[in-house]
Amino acid sequence: MPTSPSLSNPPSTAGSPIRASEGFLRRRALWGSLAGGILFVAAAASVFVTLGIVYVLITESTGFFAQVSLLDFLTDTQWTPVFENARFGVMTLVSATVTVAGIALAVSIPAGLALAMYLSEYARGEVRETVKPFLELLEGVPTVVYGYFTLLFFTPLLQTFIPGLEGFNMLGPGIVMGIMILPYTASVSEDAMRAVPSGLREAGYALGYSRFRVAMRVVVPAAFSGITAAFILGMSRAVGETMVVAIAAGQNPNFSFNPTEGAATITAYIVQMAMGDLPHDSIAYQSVFAAGIVLFIITLTFNLIGFFLRRRYKEVY
Amino acid sequence: MDIIQPASRMTPGPDRRPGFMPWVPYPYTKPCCEPVAHIRAEQLSISYDSRQALQDVDLEINRGCITAVVGPSGCGKTSFLMSINRLTDLIPGCRVSGNLHIKELDVLAPITNLLHLRRMVGMIFQKPTVFPFSIRKNLELPLREHGTHDRTLMASAIEKVLQQVGLWNEVKDRLDRSAQALSGGQQQRLCLARALVLSPDVLLLDEPCSALDPISSGIVEDLIVSLRGHYTVLIVTHNLAQARRIADHVAFFWSFNGVGRLVEHGSAQEIFESPKEELTVAYISGMRG
Repeated sequence: MPTSPSLSNPPSTAGSPIRASEGFLRRRALWGSLAGGILFVAAAASVFVTLGIVYVLITESTGFFAQVSLLDFLTDTQWTPVFENARFGVMTLVSATVTVAGIALAVSIPAGLALAMYLSEYARGEVRETVKPFLELLEGVPTVVYGYFTLLFFTPLLQTFIPGLEGFNMLGPGIVMGIMILPYTASVSEDAMRAVPSGLREAGYALGYSRFRVAMRVVVPAAFSGITAAFILGMSRAVGETMVVAIAAGQNPNFSFNPTEGAATITAYIVQMAMGDLPHDSIAYQSVFAAGIVLFIITLTFNLIGFFLRRRYKEVY
Repeated sequence: MDIIQPASRMTPGPDRRPGFMPWVPYPYTKPCCEPVAHIRAEQLSISYDSRQALQDVDLEINRGCITAVVGPSGCGKTSFLMSINRLTDLIPGCRVSGNLHIKELDVLAPITNLLHLRRMVGMIFQKPTVFPFSIRKNLELPLREHGTHDRTLMASAIEKVLQQVGLWNEVKDRLDRSAQALSGGQQQRLCLARALVLSPDVLLLDEPCSALDPISSGIVEDLIVSLRGHYTVLIVTHNLAQARRIADHVAFFWSFNGVGRLVEHGSAQEIFESPKEELTVAYISGMRG
């Protein structure tokens, strides 16, 4: 441990009321380096956990890919891991994941932007202080509640408008998931919009812009990186969301982009397998990790896109 | 305080940058204008909620002149400026009363078209407020907002204003790059260009040089002087040397128990050389404020 320079060369305190004893200085230096060490361990832990997850995913799925060719994995349109004649076309699960997440985003982007724009640019202080807690309350609702809400209330409601809608379908969970991620998308976008310096707004008004134009032409573009981050966050959440789709979208692997049909997403499949008791080295067990890797790659891709978009539109104030 | 020889006032100095003979006014050869009131404030008062910020200001501002608004912090200078283009509307609880006219336009009337008013009155702020877009888009957006969509028309207008603010040669090859990559002084000149592209009559400058380094500040100051005679310029400044160099008229505000009032208004020469009010004498000689 490096000794503090103040120990070898103590500053003169003559004539000053400050009396720093040797012991005080030593303890101070010790705590300083100890705190640095603890913080480093905390930071390193997150990296190790991530690396550990990737390691487990890869090792467990190597056994899987020894038996199933990558080509079949990516091109087959059947996913029947526990059948006699097992087939592993992961696109079956991906199609449902993409469809549900796409519907969720289609709901969440306009609703989230409108809400954020209202809260940041139009609402008076009291209104904002009232609405935001309610918005954040949505976040506290357990996802299993959303799942049963979708299955028992929202899907029957939709069925009165859309006659052909199946009991398990992707539309209902998609829309509900879009509402579920609103707290993320709206509140993070609102923070980004409010972080835009008020000078830019004043400059906009001084050029004759109306309030709506200032919001659309100045604030939203200026907050673009933050808004992107908000929706990437929401997207990652939608792709990784489990309970809503497991309950309300059905657990039947079905290669389909049709939102009125039910289909199992990657996460729904994983949770379904986790509830059964599969032998540890069976291919069905290993397929969970293969599906997990695909999920991981999808989320990683979105995060990377978000990262580059943010860099591309980075603003410095 | 040193009294400046009148002879030196008219000597065209080769360098008028701050720090270099800061008291020598710009060598104007002709008057800025015929003395015609362009902006007329009568009994103008501004209050925020219950706090009075500015009271009973009677002031006429001549067309084509540079009028410096000086005074200590919190004396209502910026509020006064913001009432002229009704930016005060944005502040919750702000009330403006009295009369304010730009030519025949009643600024404070509720029916006044803000789009029209703000095209007529451009404004520059203390910190450069370029939008986080390209240089070209910064100048195109206000034009579009005011109904110009013709690309060639916009391109020529943009070139003209960029030449006017002396930026054209510096940025003509990177019009599509981000405006935020420009230096502070360049950004401030771009903001000026953005105001000028709407061909306003009046320009409100709220301490336009105070966030800039001395060189950029000098360039912007020269630019403001070049607007003399073409636009009616109101400039809020804390820099008395700058006011002295560039202003034709000076309006001196002072805060009385937190309420801003106009103390004295006159030509720069009157205010700096023979001020009538004791407060003005004290302020310009640097004793107070």
